[in-house]
Amino acid sequence: MNVYEGVMQTLIDELGRLPGIGPKSAQRIAFYLLKVDALDAKRLAHAIEEAKDRVTWCRRCFNISEGELCAFCLDERRDDHVVCVVEEPRDIVAVERTGEFRGRYHVLQGAISPIEGVGPEQLRVKELLARIPEEEISEVILATNPNIEGEATAMYLARLLKPAGLKVTRIASGLPVGGDLEYADEVTLGRALEGRREVS
Amino acid sequence: MPGLYRDEGVVLRTIKLGEADRIVTVLTQGHGKVRAVAKGVRKTSSRFGGRLEPMSRIALQCYRGRELDIVTQAETLEANRVLREEYGLLTHAIPMLEAVDQVAQEHEPNPALYRMLTGALRALGELRNPVVTSAFFWKLLSLEGIHPMLDGCARCGHEEGDDDAELIAFDLDEGGTLCRGCARGGGWSLSFPALDLLRRMLGGGLNGVFAQPTGPETHEVEQLGIRAVEHHVERRLRSTALL
Ligand SMILES: [Zn+2]
Ligand SMILES: [Zn+2]
Repeated sequence: MNVYEGVMQTLIDELGRLPGIGPKSAQRIAFYLLKVDALDAKRLAHAIEEAKDRVTWCRRCFNISEGELCAFCLDERRDDHVVCVVEEPRDIVAVERTGEFRGRYHVLQGAISPIEGVGPEQLRVKELLARIPEEEISEVILATNPNIEGEATAMYLARLLKPAGLKVTRIASGLPVGGDLEYADEVTLGRALEGRREVS
Repeated sequence: MPGLYRDEGVVLRTIKLGEADRIVTVLTQGHGKVRAVAKGVRKTSSRFGGRLEPMSRIALQCYRGRELDIVTQAETLEANRVLREEYGLLTHAIPMLEAVDQVAQEHEPNPALYRMLTGALRALGELRNPVVTSAFFWKLLSLEGIHPMLDGCARCGHEEGDDDAELIAFDLDEGGTLCRGCARGGGWSLSFPALDLLRRMLGGGLNGVFAQPTGPETHEVEQLGIRAVEHHVERRLRSTALL
């Protein structure tokens, strides 16, 4: 596929290594970058460099952070005893948008993938276990994705944490608000029925 | 309708595609292995919902594309929920899907393979016995035309009962057991209980095998089954790392 020469091909190759970007998109973006103002392109390059230099992992929760601890770990007003376990930093953003959660977070930086053979030792599980006595955590909310990987991760963690006498909960799977019942698949609807609650 | 086809199948695996799509690999009853794009399936508003997750047996309708087909409809026939909601069952179900993905050919119907897979998934859910997965590996090899020699030495031909013909190893290249003398040259060690289990598994004694409590020989036969399937497909089965 090496149609272009030198730096242009290098740029296309590098862009093509980004997640979700195929060879065609890489080519399109490369040509776009050639056409934009030199300052705009430099700003992008600079932003990438800065982020790589300054952003690291929070040493407590493994969220992205510009310091030793991330903003959520530093926030004094949050509840220390409840921790919400997510797969990736971007999931924190999704939970925060609900405005329903005021506890701490723990980012696993991935999920157990039975299909890819990715086991718990490749995730930040040990670090989660270490936090529980250290921070006197009493409730763990498992907010991994409702797919095979996320479910496998939640099942594994529940088996590990429950014997320690913690309250372990899993976010409910249910019907999307605004959707029609008749379009719901059986797995989702079955879980929604299990997780039903009394109407006040 | 031109380009459209309907079939039933078991979802073997899914991989993310772009922002919200997935490519689903399905072993169908009548069209062999099929790879199709499920558009928008990762959005919570998707009309496919959880139907296209691995292990689901579904009725599907696809549009034949140039490279990949497109899923246009999917309905659940059997969700196999129990396999998804127990860690030990999930880790034993996925390797069966991976092994099938490796042996099945695209658009080549293999009804026997389909029957075996749906039967094994059902059995694993009902019996909750991990031995189902080992039995599946060995039966899969049989279906592929590989029948291991288990009543003599696959290298020197010594038959059981002969002097010095105690069978103590299994050799993947020879495709069978090895006697004590030949086992010095290699092979995977095989205990007598494991050999006995393997014989009953392949000799039509499956129900007895499933009824019996699991022991160390179960693990031995499982590990050897993994090696044998990997030897046959000439690549690693990644999902067996969690067994
Ligand atoms: Zn933090
Ligand atoms: Zn021999």
